[in-house]
Amino acid sequence: MAGLAGRLRKRPPKYSAAALAWKGLRGQSWPRVWRDCDLQRSYDAVVIGGGVHGLATAYYLARNHGMTNVAVLDKAYLGSGGSGRNTAIVRSNYLTPEGVAFYDRSVHLYEQMAVELNINVMFSQRGHLTLAHSDASLRTMHWRAEVNKLGGVNSSVIGPDEIKKECPSLDTSDHPRYPIQGALYHPPGGVVRHDAVVWGYARAADHMGVEMHQKTEVTDILCEGGDGPDGKGAGGRVTGVRTNRGDISTPIVINCTAGWASLISTMAGVRLPITTHPLQAAVTEPVKMFLPTVVVSGSLHVYVSQTDRGELVFGASVDPYANYSVRGSLEFTEGLAGHVLELMPGVSRMRILRQWSGLCDMTPDYSPVMGFTPVDGFLVDVGWGTYGFKAAPVSGEQMAEAAATGRTPKLIEAFALSRFDNGELVGEKGAASVGH
Amino acid sequence: MLLVPCPNCGPRNSTDLRYGGESHARPDPNTASPAEWRAYLYLRDNPAGWLRENWYCASGCRRWFSIERNTATNEFRDPPLPGNKRGGAA
Repeated sequence: MAGLAGRLRKRPPKYSAAALAWKGLRGQSWPRVWRDCDLQRSYDAVVIGGGVHGLATAYYLARNHGMTNVAVLDKAYLGSGGSGRNTAIVRSNYLTPEGVAFYDRSVHLYEQMAVELNINVMFSQRGHLTLAHSDASLRTMHWRAEVNKLGGVNSSVIGPDEIKKECPSLDTSDHPRYPIQGALYHPPGGVVRHDAVVWGYARAADHMGVEMHQKTEVTDILCEGGDGPDGKGAGGRVTGVRTNRGDISTPIVINCTAGWASLISTMAGVRLPITTHPLQAAVTEPVKMFLPTVVVSGSLHVYVSQTDRGELVFGASVDPYANYSVRGSLEFTEGLAGHVLELMPGVSRMRILRQWSGLCDMTPDYSPVMGFTPVDGFLVDVGWGTYGFKAAPVSGEQMAEAAATGRTPKLIEAFALSRFDNGELVGEKGAASVGH
Repeated sequence: MLLVPCPNCGPRNSTDLRYGGESHARPDPNTASPAEWRAYLYLRDNPAGWLRENWYCASGCRRWFSIERNTATNEFRDPPLPGNKRGGAA
């Protein structure tokens, strides 16, 4: 019996109804979910950025490739950047075949996540409506629907009557300035509790031996043999990173940051096709459930979903000028409120509780930049614009494969940094931005 | 609201202007190497700090100008220079 208890204690603590009852009745507290470790002098790989992308990459390095001598460094706390600021929408109804295949794998991994990580990520596949207010956007919806169907993704164009059935609170009449003409309906789309994804990956990676180092800021990337100053730049290779807690030697550095992607890459002498813009979001007071789907309107620059707590979560397009400041602005709130009222006049008395913003690394073609760079051992998983959260699991899986095997996986070949050299851009603006 | 100091119209709301991105001189298309041209087209410094950038005074004088702005604090640094979207002189 003692042996059995000992074995049980060594296993990672499970989140279950029985565990909840047991701990609740005995007044026990839950154990810390991940360790605080001393920074080692050397790792097999260092991941910069402790958000969903960085943590997923570390998790898959350990799970799929047996690389557990890995450190995830974050200058603040885990999930402090875009991972905790996004509007948590997951979907795969993209415009390019490359994008559809990639994001569909992500939806698939999100579907398995709660079981795999033993944490309730509250993935609610409630359906996703992308509204069209003009002939032009309706044409794009038809285009997307056909590309989606070819990729095996459940996606179709529906008319105002069906929209009204799916989402009765939308004004589908011809009264608004931009009447709703149709929508791309994507039933598998939905929302996930983003903090749970961060914690789930961190906990699972920790159990396999990956070290998470918070408040550890990378101040330089050490290189040798490159064509730039200090051995950085094309043709060189990574030897380590310098942090505010000391130097680390490592042959592989993976840049999984959002917002600071350009600044980190510059440390290795790599320039990126990225401009950083803030994206503002807001949340209202909670009310009873009335919005059954996620609603997006590209023309009106708004997307909205209702949380399980009853709040409406709004997001918009990125601010029009490059900025590293995450301050909110009144013109955003005013513009957002006007657009939301045009879609749903019934929410005019609801009050906005708070607004926030996060940094989005925008690329020219609205697709990410993933994989190898001209510096050997320096990998990037950046340029995640406004679509980073929904791609986190697949990005982690693919980046881990690239780092562990030294080869670019097929699924992310199209997103390589070299596509800008070859003129092979992956134009995803019609499906990835709300400002088109 | 960000107030952008237009050299002709004075401080204007940023919604009156169009943002033109980082200001880099355009390489000569006849002599530039493909690598230089790609860098000009796509690669950006994207600093968190002072940046020379282009603005178009769309609702005012309808002219392009370039100015230095701190992308972390949104302060502007004088003087704004007349210019065009390609980063060259007017």
